[in-house]
Amino acid sequence: MVEHTVAATNAVVTLDVPIPQVIWGWMITLNMWAKSIGTGVVFVGAYLLARYSDRVGHSVRIWMPIISFVFLNIFLLFTLLDLHQPFRMWHIFFYPHFTSAITVGAWMATIFTGIIFLMSLIAVKKYILKRECKIEHLYDKLLKAAVVLAVPVTLYTATIMGEATARELWQTPAELVQMMLAALLCGSAVFLLMGGGWSYEIKRDLAIILGSSAFLSFVIYMGEYYFGHMKAEEVAAVISYVKDSGPYHALFWAGQWIAYIVPMALVFYSLKSRSSSLLYLASFSAIAGLYITKHVWLIIPQLLPLS
Amino acid sequence: MKLGFLVDLNLCMGCKGCEVACKVENQVPLHSWRLRVKYVDVGVYPETKRTYTPLRCNHCEDAPCERICPVSALHYLDNGIVNIDKERCIGCAGCMMACPYGAIYMDPETNTADKCTYCAHRVASEMMPACVVACPVEANIFGDIDDPTSHISRYIMAHQKEGGVKVRKPEKNTRPKHFYVGGGEVQLNPLASKREEGYNLFNDITHLDHIGGH
Repeated sequence: MVEHTVAATNAVVTLDVPIPQVIWGWMITLNMWAKSIGTGVVFVGAYLLARYSDRVGHSVRIWMPIISFVFLNIFLLFTLLDLHQPFRMWHIFFYPHFTSAITVGAWMATIFTGIIFLMSLIAVKKYILKRECKIEHLYDKLLKAAVVLAVPVTLYTATIMGEATARELWQTPAELVQMMLAALLCGSAVFLLMGGGWSYEIKRDLAIILGSSAFLSFVIYMGEYYFGHMKAEEVAAVISYVKDSGPYHALFWAGQWIAYIVPMALVFYSLKSRSSSLLYLASFSAIAGLYITKHVWLIIPQLLPLS
Repeated sequence: MKLGFLVDLNLCMGCKGCEVACKVENQVPLHSWRLRVKYVDVGVYPETKRTYTPLRCNHCEDAPCERICPVSALHYLDNGIVNIDKERCIGCAGCMMACPYGAIYMDPETNTADKCTYCAHRVASEMMPACVVACPVEANIFGDIDDPTSHISRYIMAHQKEGGVKVRKPEKNTRPKHFYVGGGEVQLNPLASKREEGYNLFNDITHLDHIGGH
């Protein structure tokens, strides 16, 4: 806390009402985490289909929309459950307020989920039920639309965080990059976990995406950690919650290690030794650690008294 | 017309009459406040001073709560008041995350956001807000800041010469329409004072768990 510490200017709150603390909790973390997987597999899946369609096209075309659809539904379910009036969700569509990133995001996510649902339907009918789907010829067109829409769906949460004027720590430009990197991290990790029989060349590409996403995310967090206090008094106060004596110090570093440092090291050794077995561990570690990292970053600005 | 509020902290004696009047007028539930008076003690014994700061919604001209509200539950009235439609609110708490003044709470009875509306229902009937009526020392001044002849405009002009009219967190660029006379960093900047455990006289609760929905 950045308080006056000089005795002459000592100021202490001696009477106040209880103040609210954490408003957006684990459900919002789960929302962001699941969305990263839901859109990340579309980005990375589209890359695999563009580059290695002949080798992995069959399985990617089936599993990309299905995995995305499952995680998008987790994301939407917890978005809904987090509302204090979930049965009024329809207000977003009938009384929309388009200056709000929440509204824009809800519309985009709904359209995106609809597209992914159609793609899943085609995949399930053709490859699992072994029946031809009437709209199969649409798959590639839907994929193009899905990739385009995945961008705003990935990024809109960063804009919500930017619109949270009270939380100085969350700056839209940095959060936009973090959201995109989180999606790429998860997308590559998911395909590394499911692509056991794929060639080393494909796994190498995925490992590079995973490792570089982890590296860039880690650099941004370290930038905030070590230099954030120079920007503003509020940022300094918030960052103190994850610094040495802060209550979230251990959890912050646990997240950084599990999400970024361990995967980076494993990717490095894996590429060096041309061995792909370590990549399973790196992928699992990245996906699990991302939840912790996101959670800490979501919680700490909410600990600061606003008035 | 643009309604604004001014509190002369030199006059405020921390009686909490405004806080009680607001609670009664707006039937604000237990553990929730539209308006509260914060006490901050300054200095070291025997050179100490107690300050009193009424805190309420700032009815910003560029209100982050209005901008982030996905369903326009938070909206501007023609007189500049930032009002809330509780029937429209979906309880996403985006406004609570956006308001830099911590002025919005989640009503535990309706599970919707709520806040000070400058007693918009009273203003519509040409009455003053309840807190203004209750103040025994007329520290609360309310009126049209677009009208240079109004009491509040004249009060602002009279005190502006000494640089004594301030708003909370001007760096947030929200353009608050709630002004303070006689306020310093200690009263207006929450980071300028320490919050130690046990600052509440009546119980040990210093932080509220988020209610409803979760």
